[in-house]
Amino acid sequence: MTKQVKQLDRVIIRFAGDSGDGMQLTGDRFTQESAAFGNDLATFPNFPAEIRAPQGTLPGVSSFQVHFADHDILTPGDRPDVLVAMNPAALRANLGDLPKGATIIVDTHDFTARNLTKAGYAGSPLEDDSLAEFAVHQLDLTGMTVEAVKEFGLSRKDAARAKNMFALGLLSWMYGRPTETTVEFLSRRFAKVPDIRDANITAFKMGWNFGETTEAFAVSYEIKPAPMEPGTYRNITGNLALAYGLVAGGVQSGLPVFLGSYPITPASDILHELSRHKAFGVTTFQAEDEIAGVGSAIGASFAGHLGVTTTSGPGVALKSEAIGLAVMTELPLVVVDVQRGGPSTGLPTKTEQADLLQAMFGRNGESPLPVIAPQSPGDCFDAALEACRIAVTYRTPVMLLSDGMLANGSEPWRIPEVSELPVIDPAFATGPNHVSTTKDAKTGEVSEVADFWPYVRDEETLARPWAPPGVAGLEHRIGGLEKADGHGNISYDPANHDYMVRTRAAKVARIADSLPPLEVDDPTGAAKVLVLGWGSTYGPIGAAVRRVRRAGGRVAQTHLRHVNPFPKDLGAILARYDKVLVPEMNLGQLSLLLRAEYLVDTVGYNQVNGMPIKAADLAEVIGSLVAEVEGTPLDLAGTLDDSVEGASR
Amino acid sequence: MTATDLPFPTSGTAGVPTLAEGEKQTGKDFTSDQEVRWCPGCGDYAVLKAVQSFLPDLGLRRENIVFVSGIGCSSRFPYYLDTYGMHSIHGRAPSIATGIATAREDLSVWVVTGDGDALSIGGNHLIHALRRNVNMTILLFNNRIYGLTKGQYSPTSEAGKVTKSTPMGSLDHPFNPVSLALGAEASFVARTIDSDRKHLTSVLAAAAAHRGTSLVEIYQNCPIFNDGAFDAIKSPDTKADAIIPLVHGEQIRFGQHDEEGRGTKVLVRDEVTGGVRAAMAADVAEEAVLVHDAHNPDPTLAFAISRLTDSGYLNQSPIGIFRQVDRPTYDDQAREQLTLAAGSSSDGDPGARLASLIGGGDTWTVV
Repeated sequence: MTKQVKQLDRVIIRFAGDSGDGMQLTGDRFTQESAAFGNDLATFPNFPAEIRAPQGTLPGVSSFQVHFADHDILTPGDRPDVLVAMNPAALRANLGDLPKGATIIVDTHDFTARNLTKAGYAGSPLEDDSLAEFAVHQLDLTGMTVEAVKEFGLSRKDAARAKNMFALGLLSWMYGRPTETTVEFLSRRFAKVPDIRDANITAFKMGWNFGETTEAFAVSYEIKPAPMEPGTYRNITGNLALAYGLVAGGVQSGLPVFLGSYPITPASDILHELSRHKAFGVTTFQAEDEIAGVGSAIGASFAGHLGVTTTSGPGVALKSEAIGLAVMTELPLVVVDVQRGGPSTGLPTKTEQADLLQAMFGRNGESPLPVIAPQSPGDCFDAALEACRIAVTYRTPVMLLSDGMLANGSEPWRIPEVSELPVIDPAFATGPNHVSTTKDAKTGEVSEVADFWPYVRDEETLARPWAPPGVAGLEHRIGGLEKADGHGNISYDPANHDYMVRTRAAKVARIADSLPPLEVDDPTGAAKVLVLGWGSTYGPIGAAVRRVRRAGGRVAQTHLRHVNPFPKDLGAILARYDKVLVPEMNLGQLSLLLRAEYLVDTVGYNQVNGMPIKAADLAEVIGSLVAEVEGTPLDLAGTLDDSVEGASR
Repeated sequence: MTATDLPFPTSGTAGVPTLAEGEKQTGKDFTSDQEVRWCPGCGDYAVLKAVQSFLPDLGLRRENIVFVSGIGCSSRFPYYLDTYGMHSIHGRAPSIATGIATAREDLSVWVVTGDGDALSIGGNHLIHALRRNVNMTILLFNNRIYGLTKGQYSPTSEAGKVTKSTPMGSLDHPFNPVSLALGAEASFVARTIDSDRKHLTSVLAAAAAHRGTSLVEIYQNCPIFNDGAFDAIKSPDTKADAIIPLVHGEQIRFGQHDEEGRGTKVLVRDEVTGGVRAAMAADVAEEAVLVHDAHNPDPTLAFAISRLTDSGYLNQSPIGIFRQVDRPTYDDQAREQLTLAAGSSSDGDPGARLASLIGGGDTWTVV
């Protein structure tokens, strides 16, 4: 049978099932196939905090959304075009997100009375007209899988487990995905259990063949590769890119990396990844608690290594006192906070940006430190390297704010040439930096002695010398008590404390001297509204801004990598616009800082539901603000569909 | 694999650079220019003096010695020593020292802490340092009171103690630091006394020589808030009965001496409780007297002996090295993993290896 092939410019697929159904793996494989094919893409895994929530229930639903296109895209997409639902709960939990006309592929095998009840259905939605607005494909995926793999003699349970690969095969056929990488992957992954390996590969291939032969699917789709800048690419998650960035920080500074960490969602994968890179001299220490994690990193930094600690918001709370010690002792330290929903334990597997003020102010006393944030999964690499640069150059703890969406989401990443990466100079102290005069008590003779003072500062950066133990003549003591300027002995002198407090603040402010000008995207140069964000909202903001521009609205966009200190030109940029809109996944934390610093009355768009901001929702907000400021109505009707997210090419 | 066929060093100071032939250090070299500010009569002075005069004996380069402390009176210690040092935050010194010791094999790492710092706010770090056996020496100054915060009871204060925060008496049952350390899998546990310079120095030497975490509890008198807490073991009239000296390979005897100069009291196994009890030497057979074995792989007897410490007012306490066994250290093994991993990477240029790391996985090229 010859089937029709339709051209599409973009598709959003959501794979949803029970948390034991392997939906994350399925989504990840589909993503790798799409990356290998050359589409631009963005992904959004969404899963419960429980490892295995009760089977078949709504809280147990795990999903993976992938958006892939023949053009540059910025987000995993708001509303899926295709939902693959492996059981009634997966259908019910995701149905509300589907636009009219969406395709639904359901595994009918699990639509039993018991499972329907667990999902809260009174009757089967497959048998009434509740799904009338959608194109529904009812398939016994489990049954077909069990049948397909019966030659391998697996238990029924093990055989049924391969159903996710059957589904993957079917979807791979529908969208013309290359299959080699998945077959190779399955061969590697199950190399030690040949029958499971063969069953999975067979299920995957049978799923593909089913799509090609069955009459249920008359059409397959083609999404051409997206034009991208020349280079070598790979698909990468934020946590992996961040771990690589830390390895790069060690290589580029010549310092061994020491990670002191305590496992916490969603940051643990960075610990896992770094523990595999001992060949780079990376030591990973899984500490007894969050405090020991940061404490050991501070100790390693004192000893001349690049101390790093990775955690999430609750861990930062525990580390606060120790981070203050690093502020006071002025030692390099990278603190990675992969933000999740809070407060307290909050929503461990969901995303949020609500630790900004904790990062800024969550310590006793005047305790300033630089705060930086990556804007996309791949950008976590550059942000981590930048955190290392600032920590080492300015002898300071640096807070790197990633979040759950960046951590687990992925995108194609152009692999940088190592020669493009910045070189970081640890500039260890090597000898005396001060001359003291001493007067002999008996003879009155004055003599000069060269000695080492730990709090003599570099004129440009205001950084103090870093003098790890092992060098004769540089013996010195540091600690949490206030130190006298220069010689660094304990000092309770009021004027000295005032001076040191101001100097620590001035040192962090000086970092702004090393930052490039902020890039403002304002194609017409005449926009009156600026949208300003930080961190993972970059994608949704960019997508929303594109929609508004398509409708003819003039809007400017800029995004902060450095939240503290702000780039030096930020004040002047803000002053150029009538309105500044600040979308955040918190109740207005960046807005608070901007208002305090620049007396600018920002407009907030705030969402704290554990999910990324939807581009369509944000576009409406930007659109009405633009219309209000410009005094002319703006019709976004033709642009609110996901299909126009593409860049104005 | 057993401890005996491991390739790791067994000396606590192996890997730390030593003085060149003919170079000499004195206590003065280890004395910083900072004025010591403990209260007059504080036991900390005696310990500081002992440490300053002991350190030159190690023959290590001064710049390769690091003292780390937490918070409390004793934690000012690093400021008074002309070595590298960090006065850190309350209770966290063992974690900071763990980072230092793991990062650098060429450093001799010392932690100075107190009963509040180590056993209350920092209890978690202490037990985990001990079980990991990180190569460092922890000096735990136990004055059984909070000094720096002016006189509240500590986790080693006797129950019922009346202090500023417990006007009707403390309700807390105290820790026995030696029992705690033994329970936490410590490989070296000792107890000594601030005022006995000779014993203190000998214990410091053994602790420094031990590879792994050495815990040294030092009974230290606070003349302001808990004066006299150790009078029974310090007074010439009572100390023979109060101190149970532990010497490896020797019978455990104490009490008034007999004509041969041997203690008239001994320790024997208690068949009723399964523990250890004191007895008059005259009442037991010679072969029933316990011979102290600090190297016994089984810590049961060391623990039983530690229980002879009074938990109330101190009238009796075993003093000496309870336990010293060799066990691979965390830091040696961590460094070995780095060496093993580095050995398997063929290309030595870190930049090239970084390029190969980040360029791994499934990639595609756009031209």
